[in-house]
Amino acid sequence: MDNNNLTTLSRIKDSDIYYNFKKSPTAMVSSFILIIIFFCSFFVEIVTPYNPFDPSSLSLMEAFTPPSWTEDGMAKFILGTDGQGRDMLSTILYGSRISLIVGFSAILFSLILGVGLGLTAGYFGGKYEMLVMRLTDVQLTVPSILMALLVDGIARGIISREMHDDMAIYVLIFAIGISEWPQFARVSRAATLVEKNKDYVSASTIIGVSNLIIMFKHILPNILRPILVIGTIGLALAIIAESTLSFLGVGVPPTTPSLGTLIRLGNDFLFSGEWWITFFPAMFLVILAFSINLLGDWMRDTLNPRLKK
Amino acid sequence: MSFLKIHNLSVDYKMRKETVYAAKEVNIEVNKGEILGLVGESGSGKSTVGNAIIDLIDEPGKITNGSIMLGGIDLQTHTNNTVNYRGKKIGLIFQDPQTSLNPILTIGEQLIETIQTHLDLSKEQAKNKSISLLKEVGIKDAEKRFDNYPHQFSGGMRQRVVISLALCCEPELLIADEPTTALDVSIQSQILDLIKKLTRERNLAVILITHDMGVIAETSDRVAVMKNGNLIEIGATKKVLTDPKEIYTKSLVSSVPPTNKKISRFVIVEKENELNTKHNIKILNRWTKTEITDQNLVQVKNLSKSFEDNFFLENSKNSVMAVDNISFNIKEGEIFGLVGESGSGKSTIAKMIVNLFKPSSGEIFFDDICVTKIKKNKELMKFRRQIQMIFQDPYSSLNGRLKVKEIISEPIKLHNPKISKPDLDNYIFDLLESVELSQTSSDRYPHEFSGGQRQRISIARALATQPRLLICDEPTSALDVSIQAQILNLLKDLQEELNLTILFISHDLPVVRQMCNRIGVLKEGKLCEVSNTEELFLKPKDSYTKELLHLMPKIESIYK
Repeated sequence: MDNNNLTTLSRIKDSDIYYNFKKSPTAMVSSFILIIIFFCSFFVEIVTPYNPFDPSSLSLMEAFTPPSWTEDGMAKFILGTDGQGRDMLSTILYGSRISLIVGFSAILFSLILGVGLGLTAGYFGGKYEMLVMRLTDVQLTVPSILMALLVDGIARGIISREMHDDMAIYVLIFAIGISEWPQFARVSRAATLVEKNKDYVSASTIIGVSNLIIMFKHILPNILRPILVIGTIGLALAIIAESTLSFLGVGVPPTTPSLGTLIRLGNDFLFSGEWWITFFPAMFLVILAFSINLLGDWMRDTLNPRLKK
Repeated sequence: MSFLKIHNLSVDYKMRKETVYAAKEVNIEVNKGEILGLVGESGSGKSTVGNAIIDLIDEPGKITNGSIMLGGIDLQTHTNNTVNYRGKKIGLIFQDPQTSLNPILTIGEQLIETIQTHLDLSKEQAKNKSISLLKEVGIKDAEKRFDNYPHQFSGGMRQRVVISLALCCEPELLIADEPTTALDVSIQSQILDLIKKLTRERNLAVILITHDMGVIAETSDRVAVMKNGNLIEIGATKKVLTDPKEIYTKSLVSSVPPTNKKISRFVIVEKENELNTKHNIKILNRWTKTEITDQNLVQVKNLSKSFEDNFFLENSKNSVMAVDNISFNIKEGEIFGLVGESGSGKSTIAKMIVNLFKPSSGEIFFDDICVTKIKKNKELMKFRRQIQMIFQDPYSSLNGRLKVKEIISEPIKLHNPKISKPDLDNYIFDLLESVELSQTSSDRYPHEFSGGQRQRISIARALATQPRLLICDEPTSALDVSIQAQILNLLKDLQEELNLTILFISHDLPVVRQMCNRIGVLKEGKLCEVSNTEELFLKPKDSYTKELLHLMPKIESIYK
């Protein structure tokens, strides 16, 4: 029992999650891929020699260079170039940074909104709970893409044209976030209902702890597991939603292209034979979303006490 | 030659970090017509032995050594043997009658299915056989109830059905794994009588697995005591319980609360905790001790509480009166006991006194202030500070995400926000020491502690606000007897040193007798009787009290 001197690191190494992680090749491979993608996207300036958004680097001479392993390929452009002579790999990495930022922010937004509403609804109950839960029901009847299109449309009406390009990314985050929150609200409400009847909550009430502290200090840490799981799977959904919207042309402006924008731009060249311009961003998106989903799947299996052997 | 012979049985569970030896070279023999009690505390391996006989050991457990002979046939050599014998020659009764019957089949279907699996009988014959079985286990109107679903039976009746299921293929060996633990006292004695009767009439060999020494004393012919997978002692029940040879058995017997007399302290032979010194209550220095006057600290007047499910229907007719017009007083400095079977409303009363539930009608006075009418938060806080509660389940009563010191400091900081950091640490250490935990415990998380130690942490948390009234809601019913004895000793000591007033809620009459000055007996939300402890046990007035006292399993019955 004398393990007071355990550092956080050894505590993690000792935990069941780490043990399960080491045993699961799926989790190892997918998180390995994700770490590489995250690293390359966020340190893209260091990783790549080209900056596709620097006008001086544009070279129309090198436009439509196919991938390096094909006949006309050039060694310095591994995945070829697009119509303006920009290196595809660099462009993709810049694009995935935008996608990841939007995805993370959107999921964080809906997590805070959803957990906040779900936790309070589960804790207080009564008419307030009824109202919140019916609101989630209404929200769930609207398809998320439609919701996002609606928000985007309204935003275009309110925000002036010049402002719009700067504001586009925030509108996108809000639009995706607002369509994802009911998941979080439902899960956190259900988990709160279980936790609030446990004795430790009663004990705190008897001591006289205020509702707010009970909710956030006592209940919230105990319901984080399921929220973390749907948050991870939600992240993949958010990234895909972002790409879909950008593909449809209502997402981020082409001056700061995300993965979806790249796929849309490349789509124009598909029939003239320059397949790589749309294929690689699309593949990249698939790998990204797939890895996140696999990791989320693994987390759901590991963190679920009912599946424990 | 005995009927069942377990020879050198070892069962290992290979876990991630270590191998758990659930049974180590256990040798047990059971004859026909006798009941062998298998007793031990949680984790002692008593259920493992039972499960090994019928090959129900879960992964990653494995029988690594030994043999099990049933009537001269080795069950280990042919795996098919066990499968063929399970249900046919060996009958099983589980602890929880709620989950051991399939809720979507009628009991008749379940009986017929079991009978036809093992015996070559037509459906008609099987039906007749099951009806006669149901009659044998004491179910009235067996023909009518044959087509009922499990939920239409009460807990005790359901356990009878489970027994009839276990008996339906004329087994020769019956394994009962805690068959009465989930049942109330009055039903427990009926079920035990039934098992005794069937053993005699059918000449069965029975293994009765239980943690309850009273049940063992009243039911079994021989007893086997287990600890940490080892068989400690085996012999005739009377001999083992009255004249135990091993230290462990002695400590187990001495921890059982006697039913026939009141003792001042439990004799503790083996101690769970590292602190063995006579514990000092340093928190006394901080405690403003209340003088014991002959005043009522708590007055409960005509208290009622009904739970109604009026989500869809405003006027629900089937609202349940959990507490029905109850009045009693608790004097300052006494331990007042509330006893009752499950559903008698004892926990509901506790929750109303601590203001977790609002009463439907009636009033509760604490120190002459009506607490049910307090509206202002500030006044409520003053009152909260003086009443604290200890819960039944030591696993859910502590927040697993907080360290022990954070758990204990929460009430201190809340009621004394100005306390300095070193003073706070000292106070936490003092509290931990007064519940006999070491100072180093403060940096650990609750999951690193055993059930008894967690209950000590709960007590420390409850004492942190220096309450005048401590409500203990079944504080030891989730614990093993030896741990129970230690916790009860601790509560007694604290009560004497700190002049605490305690409301002690339990279903366990012997425990209540040891702890309380006065006792109230509850039945279905009504208070049957309130009197002094000795008076209640020696001269009960109410017929329900008499029945309860008569039915409780008595370890002393062995001395007769």
